[in-house]
Amino acid sequence: MASKVIHALYNDDDILMLAVKKVKAAKHHIEEVYCPFPVHGLDKAMGLAPTRIAITAFIYGCIGLAVATVMMNFIMIQDWPQDIGGKPSFSYLENMPAFVPIMFELTVFFAAHLMVITFYMRSKLWPFKQAENPDVRTTDDLFLMEIEIHDNEEELLALLADTGAVEINISEK
Amino acid sequence: MYTFSNRLKIASFILMAVGLLGIAAGFISMPSTVEDAKAIVASHDGGHGEHATTEEHAKDNHGEAAHVEGHDSKHDEHLLHQLQNKPWAALYVAAFFFFMIALGVLAFYAIQRAAQAGWSPLLFRVMEGITAYLAPGGLIVFVILVASVAHMNHLFVWMDADVVAHDKLLQGKAGYLNGTFFLIRAAIFLGGWIAYRTISRKLSLAQDEADDNSNFVKNFRWSAGFLVFYLVTESMMSWDWIMSVDPHWFSTLFGWYVFASMFVSGITVIAMVTIYLKSKGHLEDVNDSHIHDLAKFMFGISIFWTYLWFAQFMLIWYANIPEEVTYFITRIEDYNLPFFGMVAMNFIFPLLLLMNSDYKRVNWFVIMAGVVILAGHYLDIFNMIMPATVGDQWSIGVSEISSVLFFAGLFIFVVFRALTTAPLQPKRNPFIGESKHFHY
Repeated sequence: MASKVIHALYNDDDILMLAVKKVKAAKHHIEEVYCPFPVHGLDKAMGLAPTRIAITAFIYGCIGLAVATVMMNFIMIQDWPQDIGGKPSFSYLENMPAFVPIMFELTVFFAAHLMVITFYMRSKLWPFKQAENPDVRTTDDLFLMEIEIHDNEEELLALLADTGAVEINISEK
Repeated sequence: MYTFSNRLKIASFILMAVGLLGIAAGFISMPSTVEDAKAIVASHDGGHGEHATTEEHAKDNHGEAAHVEGHDSKHDEHLLHQLQNKPWAALYVAAFFFFMIALGVLAFYAIQRAAQAGWSPLLFRVMEGITAYLAPGGLIVFVILVASVAHMNHLFVWMDADVVAHDKLLQGKAGYLNGTFFLIRAAIFLGGWIAYRTISRKLSLAQDEADDNSNFVKNFRWSAGFLVFYLVTESMMSWDWIMSVDPHWFSTLFGWYVFASMFVSGITVIAMVTIYLKSKGHLEDVNDSHIHDLAKFMFGISIFWTYLWFAQFMLIWYANIPEEVTYFITRIEDYNLPFFGMVAMNFIFPLLLLMNSDYKRVNWFVIMAGVVILAGHYLDIFNMIMPATVGDQWSIGVSEISSVLFFAGLFIFVVFRALTTAPLQPKRNPFIGESKHFHY
């Protein structure tokens, strides 16, 4: 179902931040903000729920650590023990220092990659996906705030005109 | 303006007085003859039964099992020297530890200045207050080093002409490791650091009254220059003052390792002093985000320290070259608890405690983590100095605790007195506005 949205464009992140705060103060719901780069503190100003990706990162890191431990234990201790530098591989604990770099790397590897995948899934992104941004200029130098219109077009236009927007458009979504 | 509260002042005096008494007690109970030394060890053996037997001592300390005859008397003399070193080593570890905090803060401060950081100017006066300890603390360390060169103690075995005469390696190093050059270097290091501190503080205060930013720009240049000087001298200082207690052993990343220790301890103390001052109603403009940033540094540098600790350990452990690996064998065999305990305190504890973003903003949480980090890094210095100076005769006893108390008292007294001499908030720093509005 098509709905009407209002697009307000800004040319500075500080002006955008003030505009977002003003719109929030007027109790309007901001659908989305499109930026050429991440704007610090924008999520808080928009009232988005805090991200839970840190929790997943911790879990993924623990999985990576566990995988590394099990893997090195199988490869170096169980399956094919070797005597490297006069340190025969009889027990995982005794040879642990040699495995620490791998344990560390896989912790980071799992945390990083699974976090990116989680992020893609949560934002419904995948390779070759068509861009959804309403105005290509948001990939260059403009910031765009999108607000849905619910029979309050006049009110919103007046409010946004006051926030220092360089351009205000109304379009069907 | 901050006024040094009477309670804190009295507390610092009590710490110093108790510390002085304990240090004196340590020196008085120092054995002067071989018989005394044996009696001390025997009483400990009877009392705790935790020390190894004499035979095992001999094996550990000399490593050369061949000469059994005449071994006992030689061993006893060695024991005497270790026990005579103990109060000196305790004093040196504590003196260096608190000096290192001031030096770490100075490096952090210079980095903030050189990077023209916008978040930290509100904390500059706190940092300047802590670096006020650099001159008295450095002087005390220097006096201990002079005492070593004057053979009042035997912390540095390469200063003993008898030892050098029978040691080819030390003869080869004598061009660098000799008393005169050692003290000249120490004087240059300390002179340079204290000079930068004095100049930067003067410019910082002058900036408050100035009409333009010229003092600020000058301070930026001095800080950038100091960092170059510091990078070289800190590394050499760590070889001279710490690594040379084990003159046969060397590690190429030792300077970085000591740097990580002093950096994290310094940042921790900045956070603690800031939180203390805030709790007394000063530094109104310092908000949770500043504490958050300091806690992030505490977390990050703790991990950096672990990285260096492990890099140093793993290469030596893996290569297993006898002259290198003895360093860690003495530590794992004779210093098992402090050696691994310190890794837990300096790595696992801050890692788990400060990982959560929200906890970094909880002030008492930062203080608790800070106390553990500081204790852990005291142990780190302890593990660097003690094995070579007192061997397996170490303990955390009267001398060690009193030395820490004395220097803690002196540190608190000097730092908080310095904090009263200038307004806690810089007035005309060009970044002060940014610092006030800093938010995470």
